[in-house]
Amino acid sequence: MSTALPPRPARRRSAKRAAGRTGQYLALVCYLVFLGFPLLWLLSTAFKSPQELGSVDPTWLPVHPTLENFRSALDQQPLVRSALNSLIVASVAAVVSVTVAVPAAYVMVRFRSMVTKVGTGWILVSQMFPFVLIIIPLFLVLKNVHLIDSLPGLIIVYVVWNLPFALWMLQGYVKAVPASLEEAAAMDGASRLRALRSVVLPLLMPGLVATLMFSFVTAWNEFFFALVLLKSPEKQTMSVILTHFLGAEGAADLGPLAAASVLATVPSLLFFAFLQRRLVGGMMSGAVKG
Amino acid sequence: MRRRTFLGGAAGAAASATLLTACGGSGDDSGRPTLDFLSLAWQKESVAANKALVAAWNRERPDVRVRYVQGSWNNVHDQLLTSFEGGAAPDIIHDEANDLTDFGYGGDLADLSGLIPADLKKRIPATAWGTATFNGGVYGVPFLQEPRVLIANRTVLDKAGIRLPTVERPWTWDRFEDVAKELTHHRRGTDSRYGVAWAMKEPVNQTVNMSLSTGGKIVHRDGDRTEIRFDAADSAVAELIRRQVKSDRTAPSSGLGMGGGDTLPGFFAGHYAMVPLGFSYRQQVEQQAPDGFDWVTLPMPVGAKAPDGGLAQGVSPQTLSVSRSCAHKKAAVEFIAFMTRTQDLVRLARGDWLVPTGSAALRDPHITTDKDGWSTGVDVAGHLTASPALGVRGYPEWMDKIATPALQQYYNGAIGLGELRGKLVRDGNRIFDRYRG
Repeated sequence: MSTALPPRPARRRSAKRAAGRTGQYLALVCYLVFLGFPLLWLLSTAFKSPQELGSVDPTWLPVHPTLENFRSALDQQPLVRSALNSLIVASVAAVVSVTVAVPAAYVMVRFRSMVTKVGTGWILVSQMFPFVLIIIPLFLVLKNVHLIDSLPGLIIVYVVWNLPFALWMLQGYVKAVPASLEEAAAMDGASRLRALRSVVLPLLMPGLVATLMFSFVTAWNEFFFALVLLKSPEKQTMSVILTHFLGAEGAADLGPLAAASVLATVPSLLFFAFLQRRLVGGMMSGAVKG
Repeated sequence: MRRRTFLGGAAGAAASATLLTACGGSGDDSGRPTLDFLSLAWQKESVAANKALVAAWNRERPDVRVRYVQGSWNNVHDQLLTSFEGGAAPDIIHDEANDLTDFGYGGDLADLSGLIPADLKKRIPATAWGTATFNGGVYGVPFLQEPRVLIANRTVLDKAGIRLPTVERPWTWDRFEDVAKELTHHRRGTDSRYGVAWAMKEPVNQTVNMSLSTGGKIVHRDGDRTEIRFDAADSAVAELIRRQVKSDRTAPSSGLGMGGGDTLPGFFAGHYAMVPLGFSYRQQVEQQAPDGFDWVTLPMPVGAKAPDGGLAQGVSPQTLSVSRSCAHKKAAVEFIAFMTRTQDLVRLARGDWLVPTGSAALRDPHITTDKDGWSTGVDVAGHLTASPALGVRGYPEWMDKIATPALQQYYNGAIGLGELRGKLVRDGNRIFDRYRG
């Protein structure tokens, strides 16, 4: 006599699956609301009048929306120029970091030796250095090579600052690419460089894009190096300019600050929107090759 | 006004670094030297006034050009420390007297004693010069100052039939406590109101400066020696604040964690009848108050038996200094003199909603007007004196490590007066002993 349980009715299974999916969607919505709330609040604040900003009962949406904060922010500070500076610095720093990090990560994964082990350890250790430890020596070094108060100087700093983490991120992606694919390419007569270019790089595309995004965001948001290293008003970046809306003892020109912050997120969002497509494209390309 | 941040410790590490020559000033194509002016102006009118003055100077003085560089109050100390250590500091520096001590003692700022033109010297009274004088030198030109005032809901006070104080007839602290009690009522719902809201996010400077009104000082100096005392006169205002929050419940405990601006929404909504704030907060009140909201600026209460009738109030003015490495110090001081001419000083003061230091500027009709409480500031200005904290080495460390946490604990009831006194005095004096000599 068989002791096997009778198969579950299909309806119950599908109801359970639907409930699971609903739960997933619910969690996703909660997460999105959690992530999006500060941005929505910032957006709402940017359009509020001073009276609404000073109200003890905050409103979700501006009752009398005004563009005055944007006008005032653009009037008071060189936001467009500073956004352009940030864009140049962050984009170049991100591209250079990733360009340098890709071959380095490849070598560290594929050519394991004592040197690469020590190098990997050093990457971890270097992430522990606080800004305070390096800013003054860095300032002196850049001064000696006449790179204080210059965007290239800041880009170099950001590349150096981003590189360890970029390298660390990319190492993981390189490890995920099976070495057998390269061996197969070698069997077909491809050189190591060719295999790297034609086989590994396409598979690495999602990792490259993710690292590029990370490096861009780090440089875009960075404040302290930019504050200390850039002196000329026409060279200052967005993160520095935003602090000009703050006064002593925590006083703030809240409306224009919110408006300027909204404007500051636009280039970053566009960059992400552009790269996100590449991220998906890269994944697809990896799937085909794999 | 501001707390030192994480770069303080780096200064020592960098002390051995090669001090590079040359100041931040450079030259333009015509060979005319350029001086960098780091300005911390942040309000629209103030930035405009500063920029206009720089432009006027550049028009009038073809021999020396000044470049306007925007800075920020929140990080000026770290920015200056790094640039001083790196030998690339701005030539003319806008800062606060409280922040000059380390830089003055460290040899980063020029001693202006022999450089200040006679008319500038005369324009500003000796008490104000005293705020930037230490270590045998003058390290900044004090030009704007911010007294603490009471901003009050006039409608509420009028309804309660309370006589408004003036500088000639101020409230005593006792009277202030009574008024706060009269104005407080705890009811269900939204009709509840506190007499006063103490914004004590940064409690130390407030407590030290207000202690003068009861004849205290907290930070006592005798030559090179600094000593913390917290006797009855020193602690009277601190005790009153704690009493209002914990015993009388005439001040909300939620206010203790607030910055000045955070109290304004509750003030506008009628949750607090009075808020003790810096003079410049009037701008936010004027901008953000709902239509019909009637407010008034009042002098702070006084200690009945204190010297100066208890009107004395410690301040740490905004200053203009010159970097020691500046190659054109004379021109830099001339620029400062140019910036602080009476009519310009008035414009800068109005832009920042602060009180000018200049005697003539204080008589300007734009400053003496009753509108928006300006005249109260002028009346109070006669009693402003250097904050006991000014020129004291080790004060920032004492403030950050000892006084801020101790006062916060005391105000919210976590420790008593005896324990507070022990922390401030015993632990504090250990810090100041390290700075002696």
